[in-house]
Amino acid sequence: MFMYYLRLAWLSIRRNPVLSTLMMAAIALGIGAAMTTLTINYLMSANPIPDKSEQLFYVQLDSWDPNQPYSEPNEPPDQLTYRDATQLKEAGAAKYQAAMSQSAAVVEPEGLGKKPFMAHLRLTHNDFFDMFEPPFLYGQPWSDEADKQGHLSIVLSKKTNDEVFDGANSVGQTITLMDKQFEVVGVLDSWELKPRFYDVTTGAFNNMEHGYVPFKLRETIEMPNSGNTNCWKSPEGEGFAAFLQSECINYQFWVQLDSAAAEQDYMSFLNAYVEQQKQLGRFPRPLNNRLSDVMEWMENQQVVDDDAQVMMYLALMFLVVCLLNTVGLLLTKFVAKSGEIALRRAVGASRTDLYWQHLVETALIGVGGGIGGLLLAWCGLQGIKTLYGDNLAGLAELDLTLVGIGIALAIISSLLAGAYPTWRACRIPPASQLKTQ
Amino acid sequence: MNHIGPIFRALLRNKVGAVLIALQVAVTMTIIVNAIHLITSRDDLMSRDSGLDESNQFYITTIGYDQNYDARYVTDSDLDLLRNVPGVVDAIQINALPMSNSGSSRTIKNAAGEDAGDAGAAVYYVDDHAVNAMGIELLAGENFKPTDITWREMNKGDWPQTVMITATLATSLFPDLEPQQAVGRTLYTGDDEPMTVVAVIKQLHAPWVGWGNIEHAMLVPQKSDSVYAHYLVRTSPGSRDAVMPQAVAQMEQRDVGRMVLEHDTVNQLRSDSYRNDTALQSILWVIIVTLMIITALGIVGLISFTINRRRRQIGTRRALGASRGDIISYFLTENVLITFTGVVIGCAGSVALNMWLVSTFDLPRLNLIYLPIAMLALLAVGLLAVYGPALRAAHISPATATRNI
Repeated sequence: MFMYYLRLAWLSIRRNPVLSTLMMAAIALGIGAAMTTLTINYLMSANPIPDKSEQLFYVQLDSWDPNQPYSEPNEPPDQLTYRDATQLKEAGAAKYQAAMSQSAAVVEPEGLGKKPFMAHLRLTHNDFFDMFEPPFLYGQPWSDEADKQGHLSIVLSKKTNDEVFDGANSVGQTITLMDKQFEVVGVLDSWELKPRFYDVTTGAFNNMEHGYVPFKLRETIEMPNSGNTNCWKSPEGEGFAAFLQSECINYQFWVQLDSAAAEQDYMSFLNAYVEQQKQLGRFPRPLNNRLSDVMEWMENQQVVDDDAQVMMYLALMFLVVCLLNTVGLLLTKFVAKSGEIALRRAVGASRTDLYWQHLVETALIGVGGGIGGLLLAWCGLQGIKTLYGDNLAGLAELDLTLVGIGIALAIISSLLAGAYPTWRACRIPPASQLKTQ
Repeated sequence: MNHIGPIFRALLRNKVGAVLIALQVAVTMTIIVNAIHLITSRDDLMSRDSGLDESNQFYITTIGYDQNYDARYVTDSDLDLLRNVPGVVDAIQINALPMSNSGSSRTIKNAAGEDAGDAGAAVYYVDDHAVNAMGIELLAGENFKPTDITWREMNKGDWPQTVMITATLATSLFPDLEPQQAVGRTLYTGDDEPMTVVAVIKQLHAPWVGWGNIEHAMLVPQKSDSVYAHYLVRTSPGSRDAVMPQAVAQMEQRDVGRMVLEHDTVNQLRSDSYRNDTALQSILWVIIVTLMIITALGIVGLISFTINRRRRQIGTRRALGASRGDIISYFLTENVLITFTGVVIGCAGSVALNMWLVSTFDLPRLNLIYLPIAMLALLAVGLLAVYGPALRAAHISPATATRNI
């Protein structure tokens, strides 16, 4: 029966090609706009580390100014001081913990024709690799010893290894940074996080780093730090050491806690730590520490761009206009068919039969519109990529899930649009229509 | 217009089509009004004057990598080099570029002590060439003297004695004074370190284009003693594109343990910073135009359908003496009635959507002037869409009335 309805639907679509094309075009435009914007919102709000997002926690301590909160209403600062970052690491109260910050240095590759370039680096502890599990191509993270002593060790990204060592296994080789010889201990395989959740302080969708180096080097060889530094109070004293001990915040801190109990324990540990620091005259504000898991932190940091959300809502309304349009056109079409419908009723088709027949026809139009919509969405995403350039890199790609969502959205919306016209068409009394034939 | 009564009653007998068109017009208007509002509010953002002589400026960013890199020597000699390139008006070293979205800020107080009034301000570390190189205008006061300039060392808190502030910052700090009167006043920062305002700048933007206090900026007479250096170069009008490659080439030729990281025009810096805004605008324009087309096509489709259904009535009317003009005006009036209902609902919808956008995304409030404009535009689109089908209806022959009965 279904195949028969499908054939009837096809015939009916072919009978009014202009009207049918118009309907499909309307659905396609609506779906195209909706899918383009949905894609960007979907990719922006994607879980970057689905397996562990509930075990990884971002640590916030309220070390801010007694007179005003870091941001209203009473939000703790989004980063830690150097002092707290190192002391929390030393305490080691979680299964894994790593402090981190952005850094940069000029790399001077050896070999002919290779120019020095600016490398974005991340200062961090080796637990970083245990927590975020980047894939290693060669080698492994640096040792605990390297963390403590601040060895000149580096883990390179695949891209950097390709540029500097032509993709060869470079473990054990050295690379010159800041005029110092760093030993390559590991090379990562391709690793792209969207969003780069572990540090969103300078934008959630920035590129991954060129390399990772032990956190201790911030102190021992005064590696510069980039990213945001905020101070509510000037450093006490002059020089680098005083700056590191100041109340300026510039460091992120992540911990891995595998159970709710561990999370509670860690929270009590943080509170005890702050109480103890209060004894030393720090932390003038009331106790206000936070542990946020990955998705909570993404929510708190409003990773999904406002513009993208506004565009999505406008596009969904656009889809509504297209559907109203389709309702109108379907009405036109089915009423024009009322003679045929009456005839079928007269020769014995029940209302349910007719209802199904027309639903199949509507769904067929929906599928056509959906396919057209996906093509338009693809074009729309290409257009958006051109418009935004690097600002949206990697966030304008259709994947299989999205294609599925697109088709489903098209069929559901066309069925919604078709419900009323179909119902009306099936209520046509056979006698009155047949009379005028 | 004396037909409105019967037209209206005829409409009520066939509500569905009319309701569909009205709804479509209402939602279309809601989207269009808010989209236009977004577009113009981004225009307002982008057309703000940064205070710079943007079309005659470029920047060069360098980084020292050599272990024996002598930042002071290299900075001074690079500045000498740049200032002597033919076509260059002036050049400065600056810690952050306006509109580049990265820079530093400080809290500035108008008096010493805890309870003083304060304001956040972007800090530009520059030398006495800044006024000329940036192309900014001083409302009052004097430029820095060459002897004011000191070196700022990384991680040290030395704070100089003099500053220049923007007029907006002056007004925020001293609400009761004219901006010009801020000259000679003492400001405080950090642990009540004093500094004297030597001049008030008419206009200068902070580096962050999204910052609410973008006009809060100050110039501090210090050169930075760090491995990174940005140079802002101003050329004589029209010669930027010729001068920039020369200046960069001359910088790259020097072998002093630093490399040129990047260089570009200030115009490019601006368009990069506002790229998301221009992109949003383009997307919204596409949405507006397609929406208009879709709504128009929808009206054409539905009206053609009703006309087809009423062929006999139209023929009868013609046979009873109605002119072609009467038929056309019937359909035009009918359309105006429907579209007008739509745009009235659309007004309410537009305001409601805007209120939601304001509360959820902190977008600016809607300027109500868009409502009548959008209403007229949509009425015009409606009339245009219905004109074709109405014309065809007018050509229905009176003889139709006699057939098929």
